[in-house]
Amino acid sequence: MAAEHVTSTNMALAKAINESLRRALDTDPKVLVMGEDVGKLGGVFRVTDGLQKDFGEDRVIDTPLAESGIVGTAIGLALRGYRPVVEIQFDGFVFPAYDQIVTQLAKMHARSLGKVKMPVVVRIPYGGGIGAVEHHSESPEALFAHVAGLKVVSPSNPSDAYWMMQQAIQSDDPVIFFEPKRRYWDKGEVNTEAIPDPLHKAKVVREGTDLTLVAYGPMVKLCKEVADAAAEEGKSLEILDLRSVSPLDFDSIQASVEKTRRLVVVHEAPVFFGSGAEIAARITERCFYHLEAPVLRVGGYHAPYPPARLEEEYLPGLDRVLDAVDRSLAY
Amino acid sequence: MTVESTAARKPRRSAGTRKSPSTKPELVQLLTPEGKRVKNAEYDKYVADITPEELRGLYRDMVLTRRFDAEATSLQRQGELGLWASLLGQEAAQIGSGRALRDDDYVFPTYREHGVAWCRGVDPTNLLGMFRGVNNGGWDPNGNNFHLYTIVIGSQTLHATGYAMGVAKDGADSAVIAYFGDGASSQGDVAESFTFSAVYNAPVVFFCQNNQWAISEPTERQTRVPLYQRAQGFGFPGVRVDGNDVLASLAVTKWALERARSGEGPTLVEAYTYRMGAHTTSDDPSKYRADEEREAWEAKDPILRLRRYLEASNHADEGFFAELETESEALGRRVREAVRAMPDPDRFALFEHAYADGHALVDEERAEFAAYQASFTDGEGA
Repeated sequence: MAAEHVTSTNMALAKAINESLRRALDTDPKVLVMGEDVGKLGGVFRVTDGLQKDFGEDRVIDTPLAESGIVGTAIGLALRGYRPVVEIQFDGFVFPAYDQIVTQLAKMHARSLGKVKMPVVVRIPYGGGIGAVEHHSESPEALFAHVAGLKVVSPSNPSDAYWMMQQAIQSDDPVIFFEPKRRYWDKGEVNTEAIPDPLHKAKVVREGTDLTLVAYGPMVKLCKEVADAAAEEGKSLEILDLRSVSPLDFDSIQASVEKTRRLVVVHEAPVFFGSGAEIAARITERCFYHLEAPVLRVGGYHAPYPPARLEEEYLPGLDRVLDAVDRSLAY
Repeated sequence: MTVESTAARKPRRSAGTRKSPSTKPELVQLLTPEGKRVKNAEYDKYVADITPEELRGLYRDMVLTRRFDAEATSLQRQGELGLWASLLGQEAAQIGSGRALRDDDYVFPTYREHGVAWCRGVDPTNLLGMFRGVNNGGWDPNGNNFHLYTIVIGSQTLHATGYAMGVAKDGADSAVIAYFGDGASSQGDVAESFTFSAVYNAPVVFFCQNNQWAISEPTERQTRVPLYQRAQGFGFPGVRVDGNDVLASLAVTKWALERARSGEGPTLVEAYTYRMGAHTTSDDPSKYRADEEREAWEAKDPILRLRRYLEASNHADEGFFAELETESEALGRRVREAVRAMPDPDRFALFEHAYADGHALVDEERAEFAAYQASFTDGEGA
């Protein structure tokens, strides 16, 4: 046996979620995994690969093909004391369950005056960039962040994916867990014995002095590329990975903006009424006298998500974010 | 093809002329509207050992529930409640099914299950909080295994199914009952709950009170087959019971619960009844249904028929009915006083329980709200 105890492993983001679910199933008999094709197939992205084999059909449950039914029965299971982790196969398929999520899941704790809890995690692979067909590339996080009673998070890297899933499952509130599907195969170090950061705390992933880029999920990697390119032109960009969309860590954004005085928010979701709009409004209130430029946003357009051959035009890319950086710095 | 020719063409077959695949629906009835006990080979055994005292108990439950319901309607008229959804006419379906339950069974009601709540031991005054506007559900669901009222139609059938899946996982022999109505039968969630409960063989009873009206829409607007027959396509049995017959409602529900307990999975019970009052106090049934219809159903009144049976079989005397009248009035008084004494919630309650583990934005907005409220006091003091 090796002398040193290896706790850090290099793994893909999808595998990190798999390992996190495995740990939760292993340590808490009340944890269940439910969804379409999550059993033998291991999910269409293989995130639940091997879990049914090891934990049985009673805990890793292939469900009928009905999203409202998946979330609705998960609510009932939570009322019985279980902690279901349900998978919605793709972002665009969540809407049949939207009623159960918004009307029932989000409000049950409050309407019971705190008597019942809703420890349900709704996993949603989201976002574009994989050349998928219609309804497989959307970013509906703002539609959930708008609803009181829900928490909305999205990891950008394998380590966060592992730990944020642990924390989401332990949460007594319902958590909508948006998984950046185009980053499923990106690898990174995961230390399974680390002490994780709080679930809803943003992280500075790169320090800078000239401008703050705020992103989460799939856009964090892009922002790193943007910062690299900007550095070649002598511009120092700070990157904040929000990790949580609800609650939003405005204190961390404020601290960064008070330093850099400029803010660009990047997300794949449409800019109109997107999370960037809320950030712009709040940061304008909090940092009015610090800002050298209006808060700018880069995101999707107010048009249906386009066919795959056009998605690069729709999605924020290196040049579009750099353009926003230049416009901000030009003020 | 011209428009004229289309209009002139006769439809080959309209929905109205299509024959129902079923024969005349069978109705399980143990007490006729005249209060006569009729034999039923299948269901008699579930009420065979019922005692006169238990029969009087069912009668008392129905009378007190109706009295409470009438009081709530009055309280709405007096401005004490914002709204009330009356169960008038559905007492037998609710008391019969409610009294079939064991303490460890779990109930998922709509917003009209005042009789079932009564059977579960939920204090009637607690039901009125949401209708007065002081809370959105004023009782602990786990206190009486009676979930909160659900307003969005049919949603609770999925919660019941999930809960029942959990019961099965726990290896318990409890059963779960989901209440819903004829209108809800059109909801996708109800169909999905039938699917889920069937494929997982969940111990759940779907208790559909077909009260003939979904606000202004008759059952014909929801279905072309008798509702209990829907179960067949999902692979479990469905039965239509006379929902104005408390004894039959009790027997059929006991049978369905027994199936659930013994691992036979879900059952659909369609309690055929009638909403004698309005949908809610905001509704005006005179706009969409005839008085004659209501009068025909009044002759089948659930309370009247049990009274006739109790009297004919000498199971209750005048003293019983007189005592119950007194008790009934006392209940009305107690409810009236409790509602009038029900305080408005503290204004900060609106932030309470939004989250179990807290939320930074809620904390921030609560603090802003507090500062705003405090600014009035400061202003006066300055």
